Amino acid sequence: MEFILQNFFNWDIVTQAWPLLLRGFGMTLILMAAVIPVGCIGGLTVALLGQSRFRAVRWLTIIYVDFFRAFPPLVLLIFIYAGLPFAGIDLPAIVSVCLAFLLNSSAYYGEVFRAGIESVGTGQAEAARSTGLSGFQTTTYVVLPQAIRNVLPDLVSNTLEVAKLTSLASVVALPELLYSADMARSVTFNATPIVMAAVLYLVLLWPLVRLLSRIEHRSMGSR
Amino acid sequence: MSDTPILDVQGLRKSYGKLEVLKGVDLAVRERELVFIIGPSGSGKSTLLRCCNRLEESNGGAVIFDGTDITAKSTNINAVRQKIGMVFQSFNLYPHMSAEGNVALALRKVLKRPKAEALERARAALDRVGLSDKAENYPNQLSGGQQQRVAIARALALEPKMVLFDEPTSALDPELVGSVLEVMRDLRTAGMTMLVVSHEMRFAREAADRVVFMDEGHIVEEGPPEQVFGDPQMPRTRDFVSRIDH
Ligand SMILES: Nc1ncnc2c1ncn2[C@@H]1O[C@H](COP(=O)(O)OP(=O)(O)O)[C@@H](O)[C@H]1O
Ligand SMILES: [Mg+2]
Repeated sequence: MEFILQNFFNWDIVTQAWPLLLRGFGMTLILMAAVIPVGCIGGLTVALLGQSRFRAVRWLTIIYVDFFRAFPPLVLLIFIYAGLPFAGIDLPAIVSVCLAFLLNSSAYYGEVFRAGIESVGTGQAEAARSTGLSGFQTTTYVVLPQAIRNVLPDLVSNTLEVAKLTSLASVVALPELLYSADMARSVTFNATPIVMAAVLYLVLLWPLVRLLSRIEHRSMGSR
Repeated sequence: MSDTPILDVQGLRKSYGKLEVLKGVDLAVRERELVFIIGPSGSGKSTLLRCCNRLEESNGGAVIFDGTDITAKSTNINAVRQKIGMVFQSFNLYPHMSAEGNVALALRKVLKRPKAEALERARAALDRVGLSDKAENYPNQLSGGQQQRVAIARALALEPKMVLFDEPTSALDPELVGSVLEVMRDLRTAGMTMLVVSHEMRFAREAADRVVFMDEGHIVEEGPPEQVFGDPQMPRTRDFVSRIDH
């Protein structure tokens, strides 16, 4: 018992590591705020390109989505950060992370949005077009609002995954929460900072998990 | 009734892959006319209607609406569609918008009217179909007949020169059909030009100027309702009419 408290829940270590972890936590928030919209917008773009009337464009999006869903995100990130410099492309850590997330999560978000768009009957777009709305207006005002509502649980669930995945940035020495915690661990020879990081992730993501189970519950009820 | 038709379909052809669905259709609709299209399922009625506002691209022939060939690539189809309303069998109301929201959308986004004006015009259109008290209801709070009337209001709000109806009452419970036909009757009285695919024979007899019988992608016969229903000239028409008329 004493041993566990000493190594995992050590109050002295908590006070020592706190400033560092708080900075890491801030960086994690910044990362999420950058990476989630980037993935969403990328995914939306992918999904819309997937509806293109040009077959070649549709094929390219299928290849893109398949490729990046099969590509392990950690390998992708290390390739961009540590591999591309061999081609003379030397990207800062934060840019590498954003690029890796754009490629990876736009493929996943793209699939979610595609399922949403396909869940909206074609009669909806036809009705809108028949009143003179352009294709873009039809997508914006008629199709997407319904599409997003139909796949809201999957969107939130995917966002939760992306949020957790930001901890990958620690491997390219971006001082986010996990990186800071691990640094604190190696300096203090104590696991408490890792526990602190876990608690902070939990506090941050738990509301999202609650939200998810609420909308999952609601959408089950409405079916 | 003026003599130049507002809608002039000339030798219209349409194929889906190898299946030829319209095999050279000629049809003229004059202003203020109500033209009924009848025919067996799969004969190409919906396809013909959908070619009239280019929801389907035709493969040959022309569709002249109000002097413009709408099949021409250079035609701004969105501008033309403002002037041709369409009402669908399955209503196709936007479920995420209220009745007035459904009607106001094109007023706001196509005609670029300010929100207040668009809503005012939307309510006036809903009033025309007898639904001014349902303006704030969502489609799932309305009966099928009410939904179809909202859909008619949505088409009317843009003040079209013509409205296309594709089996507007086929998806309705029998007791709700009357309310929709009543709205169409009012429209006719107000002088709206209408092209209607429907099997409501009683309504056709009473309201249609002309009935067109289609079969296998051709117009087989057309004429005044008394003639097409009462004394069809072609055997195929006779056969069809005898099976549906009651
Ligand atoms: N999008 C489509 N793709 C392939 N075939 C179609 C399509 N739409 C209609 N068809 C076919 O065209 C024919 C005519 O259809 P339609 O115009 O809907 O007939 P109707 O409205 O008279 O019942 C039918 O054989 C139908 O199966
Ligand atoms: Mg049909």
